[in-house]
Amino acid sequence: MSNLDLGRMQFAMTSIYHFFFVPLTIGLSFLVAILQTKWHRKRDPEMKRLAKFFGTLLLINIAIGVVTGLVQEFQFGMNWSEYSRFVGDVFGAPLAMEGLAAFFIESTFLGIWIFGWGKIPEKLHLACIWIVAIGASLGALFIIAANSWMQNPVGYELSAETGRPVLNDIGALFTNPIFIWAYIHVLLASAVTGAVIMLAVSAVQMRRKINVSAFAKSAKVAIVVLIPSVILAMGVGSELGVMETRYQPMKIAASEAQWETCQPCSFSLFQIGGGNDDQNPTKIIQVPYMLSILATNSPNGQVVGLNELQAQYEETYGPGYYIPNVFVQYWSMRVMAYTAGFIAIVGLWGAWLWRRGKLTTSRTFLWVAALAAISPFIVNTAGWMLTESGRQPWIVQGLMLTEEGVSPSVSATEIWISIITFAILYVIIGIVWARLLIKYARRPLPEDTPDIPTDSAGEKIPTLTY
Amino acid sequence: MDLPIIWFVIIAIFWTGFFVLEGFDFGVGALHSVVGKNETERRVAINSIGPFWDANEVWLIVGGAAIFAAFPSWYATMFSGLYLAMLLILVALILRGVSLEWRGKGKTQRWRNSWSGTMTVGSILAPLLLGVGLGDLLVGLPINADEQFTGTFWNLLTPYGLLTGVFLLLMCIIHGATFMGMKTTGDVRVRSRMIASRLSYLGFVVALGWAAWTHYLGSRSVLAIFFSLLAVLPILYVAPGLAAGKEGRAFAASAVAIGSSVAMIFASLYPNVMVSSTDAANNLTVAGTASGSYTLGVMTVVAVVLFPIVLLYQAWNYWVFRKRVSAPPATPPQQDAKTSA
Repeated sequence: MSNLDLGRMQFAMTSIYHFFFVPLTIGLSFLVAILQTKWHRKRDPEMKRLAKFFGTLLLINIAIGVVTGLVQEFQFGMNWSEYSRFVGDVFGAPLAMEGLAAFFIESTFLGIWIFGWGKIPEKLHLACIWIVAIGASLGALFIIAANSWMQNPVGYELSAETGRPVLNDIGALFTNPIFIWAYIHVLLASAVTGAVIMLAVSAVQMRRKINVSAFAKSAKVAIVVLIPSVILAMGVGSELGVMETRYQPMKIAASEAQWETCQPCSFSLFQIGGGNDDQNPTKIIQVPYMLSILATNSPNGQVVGLNELQAQYEETYGPGYYIPNVFVQYWSMRVMAYTAGFIAIVGLWGAWLWRRGKLTTSRTFLWVAALAAISPFIVNTAGWMLTESGRQPWIVQGLMLTEEGVSPSVSATEIWISIITFAILYVIIGIVWARLLIKYARRPLPEDTPDIPTDSAGEKIPTLTY
Repeated sequence: MDLPIIWFVIIAIFWTGFFVLEGFDFGVGALHSVVGKNETERRVAINSIGPFWDANEVWLIVGGAAIFAAFPSWYATMFSGLYLAMLLILVALILRGVSLEWRGKGKTQRWRNSWSGTMTVGSILAPLLLGVGLGDLLVGLPINADEQFTGTFWNLLTPYGLLTGVFLLLMCIIHGATFMGMKTTGDVRVRSRMIASRLSYLGFVVALGWAAWTHYLGSRSVLAIFFSLLAVLPILYVAPGLAAGKEGRAFAASAVAIGSSVAMIFASLYPNVMVSSTDAANNLTVAGTASGSYTLGVMTVVAVVLFPIVLLYQAWNYWVFRKRVSAPPATPPQQDAKTSA
């Protein structure tokens, strides 16, 4: 394998892994904040116990999100030094802002929240978890702004001296249409992730008939967040697709394996065969007008085919192969959409049972909801594969090819060493994480004890959290 | 002052702040099994940094991202050139982070000992390797005219780089020990004070040699000389300060020393950001690798607005948890309930 393939493999591996934890952290921090707010307002002790219970799950998760995020920042320079050199002037700024504007907030107030039960005024403590949630979503804002610039570079000019892009309008990074839709999409996906996990954990507990009344409350909070989030996420994702048709037509054409230009265009539910070497796969169940609507918001919209786009790109950028991996595009799009559909059904099913008063007793639903825990990770991974693989062969759309971005001073052996190291480390951490999460998800709700216990003489007893 | 110089200074401040703050976290991580003879004492040691370490580590993230944004070529050459060292640093930081968060989440002694082990290894490796990397910037690495590193992993292990690594590790350990002297009670406090006092004399000797070598290699500017004095002399106060019961001042002394050491590296490095051992003409410089003035201007505004706020709420964090951490009584009631959140 070439250094390009190895570098891409490593980036895919570490990014997908990192993004298991990011949306869960964002989503769960908001949900914990909601639970704690409900306790604060209604003084329902079960809400406080739930906030602490799900807070523990959040903490198990957040540690890996933080440390795998470090890898993300370092590996631009490690594996993609020429990319970093080329784009640093534009791409580096949102990364640096992320640290200053978001990561400091998230980590500082998380520390205060974990250790601050009973130590600071209740309102301030409640504010801390909200600040953590807002900080986490602000972090995503800067990262998506940087990523969207790779999809649709804006707000720059090419330096006459070095030929590199130089930032000339920071506002353009945050009004980039790809950014706006992608960021909302990521926030909604995070809410879905957090809500599905909260629903799944509540379902496991209700099946075990422990603290049923409390976990019915968290399940209801999860359902209330889940249904609008997942429906909006699908709508916003479709709008993002329209933007991509405009700025990255290859991405959308490849996700339908649309080799020839069509108008109107239908959407196939499945296909057999297909890929970059097979332009005539057997498409099964074609939904007429559907692709036109998805790609252009109009039932009669035109979608330019891959072959025509390839000819256009060769004219603009010179000889080369500009079509992304069609198989990956086609299936990641469908895995994402169908799994999201499944999540929506689980949410609606839960709401229906809730209305009929059977939420806590339907064994089948509780079993499905528990198993659904894995679905948000599938959706999120498929979504990023659609976005990132669809950008290929560009590392920055239209400006730099991925193969031009690799580090010339790094050998294949070195990349192999780092791939194997991260693979071993991430697998071990992943196993421990899953075991801890399952263990803590099955524990009974913590008792409603004073935040700082006192002894018989009324003296405060010190507590050790770690 | 022009914008590239301002950003070189800001980056130096981030890295200095990182070692002042995360420095004691590294020291506590490295020492927690030494100063804690039993499970409760170890937890006291770890909990002394509990509310702080995560935010302290962000200083490194910001320091790295600021290099990326303000000096892209410095970031590109340094991170790709120091490839395997960077990999090890990441492994060390990952192990440390998950150990801190997960150690208390298991019940068995084997679980806790395992995470204690990885925490110790990670806490030692990270400052050691970061020190080697910082030293290499100054002593020079094989870099060609295209700003590309041309050596192998073994070229990274320069004698000066290794000394810088060992020195910064030693300072982190002393700094962690003075921190625990200030923030804990009982036997943990006694042992920490003893370790800090004894190691401080060794620290002084190493600091003296390291500072002399740094002056030999570096710019020997007034600023570099100023920081070298502040890097060396305060270490002498640690032992007498602790003996006199002035734990806060002893901690301040180790903070000034470790911070000034890092500041001295940057002061000695200027106007370069990475020295080439192949040819001085290939040195990467502040002026030569800087981003455009628009980018630097925007980031300056962001930093000037946000950085004071960051300092304020971080200071508030330290104020909230200013009390010493102590062991609960022998049979603590409801200990189990506290494992949540």
